[in-house]
Amino acid sequence: MIIDFMPDVILAFLVICMAWGAMHAPSRQDAMALFVAFGLLVALIWARLGAPDLALAEAAIGAGLTGVLLLQAARQIPAETSEKKSSMQFFIPLVFVVVTIALFAGHMHGDDALLLSGEPDTGVDRGRLAPGTSELVYGAMTDSGVGHPVTAVLLNFRAWDTLLELLVLLLALSGLRQLYPHNQYPDQQPPDKRYPHEQTPLAKTYETLNRVAQPWPLLLAWSRFLAPLLVLTGGYLLWRGADAPGGAFQAGALLAAAAVVLRLSGLLPPLRWSSLAVRLMINIGALAFLTVAALTLTFGQGWLSYPASQAGMLIVGIELFATISIAVTLTLLVVGEYEDLHT
Amino acid sequence: MSGLQMYMLLGALIFLLGLHGLLILADPIRRLIAVNLMGGGTFMIMVTLARRSEPADPLLHALVVTGLVVAISATAFALRLITASLATESPGEPEHKAVQLPTDSDDRGQPPA
Repeated sequence: MIIDFMPDVILAFLVICMAWGAMHAPSRQDAMALFVAFGLLVALIWARLGAPDLALAEAAIGAGLTGVLLLQAARQIPAETSEKKSSMQFFIPLVFVVVTIALFAGHMHGDDALLLSGEPDTGVDRGRLAPGTSELVYGAMTDSGVGHPVTAVLLNFRAWDTLLELLVLLLALSGLRQLYPHNQYPDQQPPDKRYPHEQTPLAKTYETLNRVAQPWPLLLAWSRFLAPLLVLTGGYLLWRGADAPGGAFQAGALLAAAAVVLRLSGLLPPLRWSSLAVRLMINIGALAFLTVAALTLTFGQGWLSYPASQAGMLIVGIELFATISIAVTLTLLVVGEYEDLHT
Repeated sequence: MSGLQMYMLLGALIFLLGLHGLLILADPIRRLIAVNLMGGGTFMIMVTLARRSEPADPLLHALVVTGLVVAISATAFALRLITASLATESPGEPEHKAVQLPTDSDDRGQPPA
């Protein structure tokens, strides 16, 4: 009996340690490394809990890309000042944490209706609890056009969410573009169009950083192996996503990881914003999605309700374009330097 | 105690640890990690709830996939805000000059003598 729980208990213990270390490790570098480790452990937990889609997405996005993002940002800001908190300030919130978790545990021990509502023979009045969305999804799978329930939910039953999510990615990227140094100093002369990054001090810093950071030889060698493998795996996940765990987000994240590896090792030139192809790739996912939505609104049964006979084809098409958009957008979010976003 | 109950508790605990870190930490990167941990705890509770039925509820899984992508977008934007606010304080100077964020001890430390 206890043997069955051992992996869960070990994972839970490790996750708590990593979460604590990711915030309170002595150096910021250690904290960020532990956060990446936390993401990988959480991916294992998703696999334990029967969510392979999430395990893939968490390993690629939550651990991999977020880790690169944090490390890149930490390179550009000053070192942390060592500041001492009084132990009072530290422990009073911790007491709050302990008391709250004890109350939560007590509540779950006394009344576990929250966890029971999905089980058939518990004697709990099911009308009182959450409706079984699981049965609704599995009941409608035949009309969805794909064989994998998570993909069906993402791109058919709740396609609105996914469309808005693509728009969130676009919003984040435009936010990033707004925050870059040009136009930040209105009292200076306007930047020279040909050499804009010569003008602002921050841009100079970024340029120095980019020049100083020579790629590590091992990264250079490995990236030549890793990038093709990542592209291959991404394509496989995209294609299999219709019938098995995988799909546009996991594939896009893997392609973005390939691009990030190549970009960090200096093998990939900057993805320049001025290039029409880059801007098209960033927008094509949302554009394709909106086109399908408009077509179904005009000729079909309504906004994003696909005709059952073409649903499979439409979903795969949208996923293909969404993968391209997600890959390029995530790449720019993670390693979008001055040359990428403003030239 | 079943495995699911343990994961529910673990999710709540990670959320609360993240909240604790967000309240007491001063370094912006660590605070951002704390917010991400809170998100991780929330996702863990959602995935555990999805596990109530057999097979697991795909609706909650899809929501968490969406949540992961939104989380990395927000993280990227927040990091850019952090780097911009820490790096571009003094516009007149030619050299990049780092500026310290005011720490909490400046704001509400000892009462002025």
